[in-house]
Amino acid sequence: MSVKDKVIGIVAEQAVLEPSDVTMESTLEDLGIDSLGLVESIFAIEEAFDISVPFNANDPTESDFDISSVATIVAGIEKLIADQS
Amino acid sequence: MKRVVITGAGTINALGQTVAETFEAMKEGRCGIGPLEMKDVDRLAIKIGGQVKGFEAEGRFNRQQMALYDRFTQFALVAAREAIAQSGLEFSGEMAAKSGVVLGTSGGGMQTLDENYRSVYEDGKNRVHPFVVPKLMNNAAASHVSMEFNLKGPSFTVATACASSNHAMSQAFQLVRSGVAPVMISGGSESMLCFGGIKAWEGLRVMSKDACRPFSANRNGMVQGEGAGVFVFEEYEHARARGADILAEVIGFAMSSDAADIVMPSKQGAARAISGALSDARINAEDVGYINAHGTGTAANDKTECAAVADVFGPHADSLMISSTKSMHGHLIGGTGAVELLACIMALREGIVAPTIGYEEPDPECALDVVPNTAREAKVDVALSNAFAFGGLNAVLALRKV
Repeated sequence: MSVKDKVIGIVAEQAVLEPSDVTMESTLEDLGIDSLGLVESIFAIEEAFDISVPFNANDPTESDFDISSVATIVAGIEKLIADQS
Repeated sequence: MKRVVITGAGTINALGQTVAETFEAMKEGRCGIGPLEMKDVDRLAIKIGGQVKGFEAEGRFNRQQMALYDRFTQFALVAAREAIAQSGLEFSGEMAAKSGVVLGTSGGGMQTLDENYRSVYEDGKNRVHPFVVPKLMNNAAASHVSMEFNLKGPSFTVATACASSNHAMSQAFQLVRSGVAPVMISGGSESMLCFGGIKAWEGLRVMSKDACRPFSANRNGMVQGEGAGVFVFEEYEHARARGADILAEVIGFAMSSDAADIVMPSKQGAARAISGALSDARINAEDVGYINAHGTGTAANDKTECAAVADVFGPHADSLMISSTKSMHGHLIGGTGAVELLACIMALREGIVAPTIGYEEPDPECALDVVPNTAREAKVDVALSNAFAFGGLNAVLALRKV
């Protein structure tokens, strides 16, 4: 399964939606994922890809991990996988 | 001062998943203690407990809630739902702003602690789920009850080991009696039946391997249980004005500290709490018909408790009934006083006194009427509920029939 499909699966489960309802342009806000849901999604991503995501819930915008859409999350993970492998 | 009545009760424990089921079991003198079912039970020396079996979180909670609720929170919510449904209360506006929830627990989210310690220490994982802290914190149950029922007034958690529930209910009682809150949700919850929870208790060597037999000469220790009891404490006029069904009146309480030993009980400390509850309720010793004992089934507690009762009640100690329902549901630690308050309500409201089961041999040091093995019909006007915790912290509540 591709990084994109895995991320969509994780995000969809968190949002209690079907994967088909999640697009690359979706934002977490669009999907109804709140701050606790975001932290849980980051945890699930770390578990799924065996990576460490530099994310601080105190100030998500300052973190070196762009969560503004599903596409930026997928891109961030692909970079982390490359850096941390 | 306002009068305080109980207008709702809820529970889940080894005897049943509702108050009605629990009353039924207490009347039958049924034992809810059995073989423990958990991971690594073969590594435990103590393999019995009053475990809640056949409890499914599915269907009661949604997926997100299940991810956030430790078992002790699930128990508290199940009991609170039953109690509040019975009371018929809905919390909004001014009433919601003033009403709160005070719950007792000793260990808080022990299942969460146990599972995650196992994960990082045994499995060597370096990452834990983000909800570990909000699941394990001792106030999680009280907070989730406040959120589910819109309780916005004074809300907190009390942790005084085996007296947690009685201390919590004493606080709730004071808040209603003093007029601070029209309604308080109170009681306690515990879920310590996990590998680490049992292992810790094994260390003290006060646990029985076969049964909890309070006051019996051949008693050989306590047996742990789990579950919750939750009540609706309501100001009397408020309850009457809306035609609520009143289960019992809470008429007094007292707390005391032995200031003596971290584990051994004190007759004086227990006696001061019992007599303090009588004075607070402005009743005479002779008014008390039933005492729900702390009655843990340990050598030390039972003889000390009987001596304290004999001191406070004098000759009347021989005419009152005192039983320990821990023989049936086990010791729920921080939740125990709440489940045991049900036996007081049953005695007052239904005229049936729950027995001390497993009673086999009289002990001259526990020479009181312990209602051995079989429930008894009796007219009881006033009942006390005792709780004497490790650390020497005692709390006794007094209830009257309405």
